[in-house]
Amino acid sequence: MASTRRMVLLGGLGTAGALVVGYALWPSHRLELANAIAAKPGERFINNWIKIASDDTVTVVVPHCDMGTGIFTALPQMAAEELDADWSKVKVETAPSDSVFANGPLAEGFILSTQNMNADQIPAFLRGTVANTFRTVAGYMDLQVTGGSSAVRATGVYGMRIAGAAAREMLVKAAAARWNVNAADCTTKSNRVLHTASGRSFGYGELVADAATYSPSENPTLKPKSQYTLVGKSIPRVDIPKKVDGTTTYGVDVTLPNMLYAAIKISPVFGGKLTSVDPGAISGRRGIKKVVHLDDAVVVVADRFWRARDAVAELNPVFDNGANGTVTSGQLTARRSAALKSGDFKKDMTTGNGADALGGAHLIEATYTVPYLAHATMEPMNATAIFEDGALEVWSGTQDGLGARAFIAKTANIAIEKVTFHLLPMGGGFGRRLPGFFNFLEHAVRTAMAMPGTPVKLIYTREQDMQHDYYRPNVTNRLRASVDRSGMPSSWVSDYTTDAGANSEAHIVYKVDNQAYRTAKVETHIPVGPWRSVEASWHGFFVESFVDELAHAARKDPLEYRRELLAHSPRHLATLNLAAEKAGWGTPLPAGKGRGIAMVESFGTVVAHVADITIGPDGALKVDRIVSAADAGMTVNPDGMKAQIEGAIIYGLSAALNGEITIDKGAVVQANFPDYEVVRLQTCPAIEVHLHESDAQIGGAGEPGVPPVAPAVANAIFAATGIRVRELPFKNHNLTVASR
Amino acid sequence: MSIQLKINGKIHDLDIEPDAPLLWVIRDEVGLTGTKFGCGVAQCGACTVHVNGNAQRSCVTPVSSVVGAEITTIEGLSANGLTPVQQAWIDHQVPQCGYCQSGMIMAVSALLKTKPHATDEDLASAVTNICRCGTYPRIRNAVRALANEKV
Repeated sequence: MASTRRMVLLGGLGTAGALVVGYALWPSHRLELANAIAAKPGERFINNWIKIASDDTVTVVVPHCDMGTGIFTALPQMAAEELDADWSKVKVETAPSDSVFANGPLAEGFILSTQNMNADQIPAFLRGTVANTFRTVAGYMDLQVTGGSSAVRATGVYGMRIAGAAAREMLVKAAAARWNVNAADCTTKSNRVLHTASGRSFGYGELVADAATYSPSENPTLKPKSQYTLVGKSIPRVDIPKKVDGTTTYGVDVTLPNMLYAAIKISPVFGGKLTSVDPGAISGRRGIKKVVHLDDAVVVVADRFWRARDAVAELNPVFDNGANGTVTSGQLTARRSAALKSGDFKKDMTTGNGADALGGAHLIEATYTVPYLAHATMEPMNATAIFEDGALEVWSGTQDGLGARAFIAKTANIAIEKVTFHLLPMGGGFGRRLPGFFNFLEHAVRTAMAMPGTPVKLIYTREQDMQHDYYRPNVTNRLRASVDRSGMPSSWVSDYTTDAGANSEAHIVYKVDNQAYRTAKVETHIPVGPWRSVEASWHGFFVESFVDELAHAARKDPLEYRRELLAHSPRHLATLNLAAEKAGWGTPLPAGKGRGIAMVESFGTVVAHVADITIGPDGALKVDRIVSAADAGMTVNPDGMKAQIEGAIIYGLSAALNGEITIDKGAVVQANFPDYEVVRLQTCPAIEVHLHESDAQIGGAGEPGVPPVAPAVANAIFAATGIRVRELPFKNHNLTVASR
Repeated sequence: MSIQLKINGKIHDLDIEPDAPLLWVIRDEVGLTGTKFGCGVAQCGACTVHVNGNAQRSCVTPVSSVVGAEITTIEGLSANGLTPVQQAWIDHQVPQCGYCQSGMIMAVSALLKTKPHATDEDLASAVTNICRCGTYPRIRNAVRALANEKV
């Protein structure tokens, strides 16, 4: 039973490594399956994810999808390091969407062993994935998720390193047996096993057949950090050469013989149902093959995409919107306010005397709000599918290949064995393509099923993509603190609205004796989902803005104030200090300029940003520079890590400056980039990223740079103008001198 | 109706409408998928190609307007191996997801042809393409290196 297995894992936390490793390595029958599915002639799997070819080439099979975060380099780096492989003889492949290559057990081991969680507390990035399946082992085993900044932390730490080290031990054993010497007298280097005493050596390719017959050790000896030659090096990314000459094939680039193209018009109001559509408006148009009626949309299938797109735009489908067709952003704001005023809270967490400790001392209160946000990946959502003889073959870029396959089977009501899923690189993910958020797959599959025998590529236009996303939630947070005579907080009470459950990212790292966190549930018809850094993207703004307000109320320097509250945590302190030092915190700025600081730990990584901004005479906000410090424990690929922090800063800044999805008549107002503006070269600040290493467990890379951006800029605006922005985005605020 | 287009030096006789968007003709008719669809309204630049050497957003370009012109896509740019711009993209580890980079590289290549010593300001005003992964700092560094090399 599932609970028993989890209890075993939980019970073994002290030696979690060994237990998790036990799950990570395959029994021999899975090796044979893997060989059948994914070994080319001359190659052989030695254990999970590692193939060795007769010419000694090592191929690392990565159970993730590429969305540009560099994991196709970082993960093989970790495996190759332990395997003592020569990097020039290492190749990388994407694992097939087959349960043999699931990464779920790794994620589970990682979640349970590193976050002190029990099975009922699921991290936000996995919630959509596991909402219905976490409680069954089979469901969880079939994850292949890329998200939650988890690739290096879970697959790397619990999978790749162990697989590499175990493979190395198996190869040494095989060589020692052939030479009839002690394994301890053999060493490995550059894809060879060496017997130093006799000067003999074998290439890995000569040994792999023998080596694969041994059972992999569940607890192989890992290298000490001091012996690393690959991990910690900025090895150039393996995916980049194909991304500069246009040859990377993304989902949208799939081309099949006799393929048709589909364009869609989905009910603008979420949850609306298609009642009727008059196809007369497009009759006689060139290339139109079929008008497909779906539950919530109308689709036009044509011989070319632009013909389908132009035709569907001419249709005027009628949708039944139920009760949601009149909802506005104003009404949703009123619902959140009412929920917070009602006092009908659900307890999230309490420390000390919690909310009872409020009062008596000086009370400070502020309420913050963040808007809905779209992901706006550069590649609009799309999928290509063919339905033939009761089977489906589908091509798309998603953040979970196995999850996509299971979803397709369920949608089509066919057995999973009847579904072949081809996982392709994604033109951006940011959480949009995680399981639970697969409307594009459903639309593509249902369209293909209406056209049996014909491959159909369905592409959302940018407008459909932006108006049928799963949005970063619209959240309001009332924060209250009691402060003592020196202005330091003795109690911290956070009441926040939520679309789902409690948010662990609401909890602060600062030392405050009495803390209370309570949620107020708000029902809406707007679909929400994980957006790069998930809960931390909003709580980072709330907490770091409020701490800044407390510092100013105490007439203390915001950096000094944070230092006082972090005396218990050297890691946070060091990261904060590094950012401050590199940014020249405390050096004077000319009038009209401001400097702000913020620090957030998320996904196991601590990131501090210092923002320098200028407010023009017309109130125009310009972000001049962001200096960042990040501590991910150990960094596998420093340049790749820096690239992720840079990108996260820009993603977070786009949202903070301009990002806002609003609702009118139950539907999204914004449709394309002119009205959902993002950072471009013109508005991109200078960015410096400094890495700090600590003994902490390896943290994530893709997301942790996002949360501190908005509050660092908000705090800089306050420093420059005295205006406290408590509601994002900044574009909605008048920052002119006259408004102060 | 037959329309003749010259793409990457090759003539294509195409049975398409005069107002067909160049982007989709390049992708669906000619089969060159390196040029990307991002927004469809000339906002993001993912679809940037060269028309007679100038950067142009192909998603809003009717094919009738480029008959007789030299059209170059990312595939054409790379026909004789990597250009210095593409090499700089590798040297500076610019791409992340990579989806916008064909358009970025086409836009930057056109800029550097007319302004070999382009400044940060020249770059920012000429290249308004969107990258959601946030590779702008590396694009800036790559262009700085290219602009300085040629001094």
